[in-house]
Amino acid sequence: MPQRIVGQVKRVNGPVITIQGITDAMMMELVHVGEQLLVGELVKLDGMEAVVQVYEDATGIAPGDNVYGTGLPLSVELGPGLMGTIYDGIQRPLERLRELGGDFMRRGIGSPSIDRSKLWNFSPSVGIGDMVVPGQPVGVVQENERIGHKILVPPVLTGTGPYTVIEIASEGSFPVEQTICTVEDSGKERQQFSMMQRWPIRVPRPVADRRPLSIPLITGQRVIDMLFPLAKGGTVAIPGGFGTGKTMTQHAIAQWCDADIIVYIGCGERGNEMTDVLREFPHLIDPRTGRSLMERTILIANTSNMPVSAREASIYTGITLAEYYRDQGYHVAVMADSTSRWAEALRELSGRMEEMPAEEGFPAYLPTRIAEFYERAGYMTTLGQQEGSVSIIGAVSPPGGDFSEPVTQHTKRFVRCFWGLDRALASARHYPAISWLDSYSEYVSEVAPWWETQGESSWVESRAEIMELLQREVRLQQIVKLVGPDALPDSQNFILEVCSLFKTAFLQQNAFDDIDRYSTVGKQIRMLQLILSYWHLGSEAISKGVTMVKLRRMKVVQEIARMRFSVSNENLEELDRIALRLERSMSQLGGIYDER
Amino acid sequence: MTSDNRLAGLDKSLLSGREYVGASRIDGPLIYMRNTHPIGFGELVECIDSAGRRRTGQVLDTSTEAVVVQLFEGTSGLTLPGTRMRFMGEPLTLPVSEQMLGRVLNGLGHPRDGGSLPRGEDELDVNGLPINPTAREYPRDFIQTGISVIDGLTTLIQGQKLPIFSGNGLPHNQLAAQIARQAKVLAESQEFAIVFAAMGVKYDVARFFIDSFEESGVLENVALFLSLADDPSIERTITPRTALTLAEHLAFTKGKHVLVIMTDMTNYCESLREISTLRGEIPSRKGYPGYLYSNLAELYERSGKILGRDGSITQLPILTMPNDDIGHPIPDLTGYITEGQIVFDREMHGRGIYPPVNGLPSLSRLMKDGIGEGMTRADHPHLANQLFASYSHVKDVRNLASVIGEEELTSLDHQYLEFGNFFEKKFVSQSFTENRSIEQTLDLGWKALAELPAEELQRVTDEEIEGHYGR
Repeated sequence: MPQRIVGQVKRVNGPVITIQGITDAMMMELVHVGEQLLVGELVKLDGMEAVVQVYEDATGIAPGDNVYGTGLPLSVELGPGLMGTIYDGIQRPLERLRELGGDFMRRGIGSPSIDRSKLWNFSPSVGIGDMVVPGQPVGVVQENERIGHKILVPPVLTGTGPYTVIEIASEGSFPVEQTICTVEDSGKERQQFSMMQRWPIRVPRPVADRRPLSIPLITGQRVIDMLFPLAKGGTVAIPGGFGTGKTMTQHAIAQWCDADIIVYIGCGERGNEMTDVLREFPHLIDPRTGRSLMERTILIANTSNMPVSAREASIYTGITLAEYYRDQGYHVAVMADSTSRWAEALRELSGRMEEMPAEEGFPAYLPTRIAEFYERAGYMTTLGQQEGSVSIIGAVSPPGGDFSEPVTQHTKRFVRCFWGLDRALASARHYPAISWLDSYSEYVSEVAPWWETQGESSWVESRAEIMELLQREVRLQQIVKLVGPDALPDSQNFILEVCSLFKTAFLQQNAFDDIDRYSTVGKQIRMLQLILSYWHLGSEAISKGVTMVKLRRMKVVQEIARMRFSVSNENLEELDRIALRLERSMSQLGGIYDER
Repeated sequence: MTSDNRLAGLDKSLLSGREYVGASRIDGPLIYMRNTHPIGFGELVECIDSAGRRRTGQVLDTSTEAVVVQLFEGTSGLTLPGTRMRFMGEPLTLPVSEQMLGRVLNGLGHPRDGGSLPRGEDELDVNGLPINPTAREYPRDFIQTGISVIDGLTTLIQGQKLPIFSGNGLPHNQLAAQIARQAKVLAESQEFAIVFAAMGVKYDVARFFIDSFEESGVLENVALFLSLADDPSIERTITPRTALTLAEHLAFTKGKHVLVIMTDMTNYCESLREISTLRGEIPSRKGYPGYLYSNLAELYERSGKILGRDGSITQLPILTMPNDDIGHPIPDLTGYITEGQIVFDREMHGRGIYPPVNGLPSLSRLMKDGIGEGMTRADHPHLANQLFASYSHVKDVRNLASVIGEEELTSLDHQYLEFGNFFEKKFVSQSFTENRSIEQTLDLGWKALAELPAEELQRVTDEEIEGHYGR
């Protein structure tokens, strides 16, 4: 173990420890406290004193205990073997900890994040004498059937380029720490690297360039893809009080979205929810590849009863893993559930350090931290000249469901898409309870060209039309609340009718139904068009004098209401047939009218 | 550097048990002491006053200058020079054993009933350890409480933590007692136990629970940890921890299914605030400390099931919402940790409905995997969904009726009003002693839906309508 003593404990106040007698400690250095070697991070230096936040329960630490320095910032290990693993907030592998320490999280047990003994089959993609740049792949390891894990030249090398490969392992099986490549810089200095690298979690990994966002992240959730789309590389906040379905929405997106890789951060949430993900994901099959969803998922579980400082770190651990896969040219979606717990961890630690609070006890640097986190998302050209993206889907848990609190407000400043969850909808079991009035997406115009390339250029107009109807409905509902629905003419009542149909048949989506849980883009747009066509044809019929009761009684309306359950993604012609039947029924209505 | 550096090399275990005389400051339940050997954070402390009375405390803050100790039995009667403190060098532990069932203990696990201290089979740290998320087993065994609104709409699952959000004067104690009495797991008869933690409640309330356990003949399976309203408020902060420590022993070592009832969580949080304020910590909302969420989570997360172990811990915390405000920090933070909530409604109570559970904000997050075919009944998930949806429309109709008058409503809306009345008066409402089977509950749900026309039932399938509607 490290024998460099950086100081002695002066004061212990929960997870915040003051140390004195500082010699050569470094800011953000990873330290071990006491003879139990609790993991901690040095967060403040002040003369001969420093403040350390520990990532484990500090019981038993006494003044005078030694603090050992590692000389490294708090870092994650990056390499093959990450995929499908469940880690805690500081990247300790939980399954391994369970083997070592039993069912409960004992203190002071550690294990490397990546298994050192496992052999990985490496195939090189460069040869001796090739020029490489930092961040460029030199070979690939098939991490599982689905993920080809590219081994990259470390993004930061000493010396100056160009770098020349002078040694590269030939195809074969190696443990992660074995040197597989040696490069030489322009000054003939040699550097070696293995399949495993370290990266400090609080530092964004470098990229060559940011690119404009133009491709939607398809989630299979209709209200999102059709009304409030998220772009690949974009950021979105999902705020909602407890019980409004944040976690359910996050799960649904993690399961069905078309990202290559999912990093799911359970930050200060319930233990049983993480267990749910753990037990469920291996059995869920990705509709696009037919493979288990766990093969593309990394879980970070720092439940609410695990140490608060590890909760603060878990967000950074997760995003660093995501950036690493982005640098290999993958599209990664990060689910952070919930960023409020992270902000509260900041508040708790800040309070213990006796810093001056700003709003509601949160430290004044809260907005900076939130901004830094969301800015790590983006659609990038990597150093190795590939394209990859990190999208962040951050849940926010506002106290009392009140969106005016600091975390929601500051988050709103730094995200471009907002899926507000509504308690009234959740109470009526309208799930996902994404409010169509509070939510917005700034990506609509940016992803519109993508829809054109998919041959669905009508999306922008259809979306605008249904959004307008929903707005008109709100005004009409206010009238109805005062005078009852009978006071409205049929033409206006029909708006209510169409919107109600749109809500039950389209916006609601049952995450537990085998057919309804996921809709392809094709199904979504056809469903939307079907409902709009009911609106167009129906309004026309009403203008000709057909009563709304007759429209409502058409058998085809029932079919539309149930289409989300009855029409599977593979069977979209059925939707065309319903559309035909709708036209026929409407023309028959017209016929009755004509004869009269 | 002074004394502490010389001491740093010493084996600390040699120093444990050392006694010091004379405190430098006493403030509420906190004692400040100077010039001690280096004391570990969270260490157990024994405090002896000049009359020789012993009290238990814990180190809250330790530094080279001073140690801050909180005394769970209060500080009244202590003098600065006469206070003797013994630092035990180990965390606060509880001797646990099955013998504690049937006993009445105080918040620290000391007998209140005059008996002798139960001999412990094991000594456990009262703070417990977090369960490794990979070791958890996802809870999915349905507990039948015999209460329709819970079984049907907010189903309780073994290993769940489901709080009751109530208000002063509402019958939450009756409901908790009824659940404790009637709760049964459908699968097989299993060993069960109840751990009851009372924090700052009145003696009558504790008496009510004891009587109710006695009447139903389960008292020998109940361990009671009582820290009543006239006990030192600081004791409340440790009471749920000792109770849960015993619960963990019974569940995960002895393989019992343990139901933990904790009342009243509001008092617990108030005590935390008191200590936090005394220490001059920076408050967050309404003066509660910033770590309230983490602190509550340390309690609530001590529930669930563990892979490969037989027992389970199901928690039923009760909290009274100050001013009936569900947005108050205590219910709010609780709701973010627990797996749902049962919310009481004063207006329903006023109309004589027992239990006055408002179905709409109530929720059971674990329900989805514990109900349906093979667990309760195949139609249960859709039926529950339909009842929620229809009942939420009833609220709209009632609002409309209060504006335009009932006569102006459409006939469909009248049917909704009828449904709403049936639902509240027949489905939700039941007597304190009535124990309904899950079949009775679900059939009653269908009877309520029969007040509505079949085409209004969009959440249930045609087959379910065929099989149950109007029968």
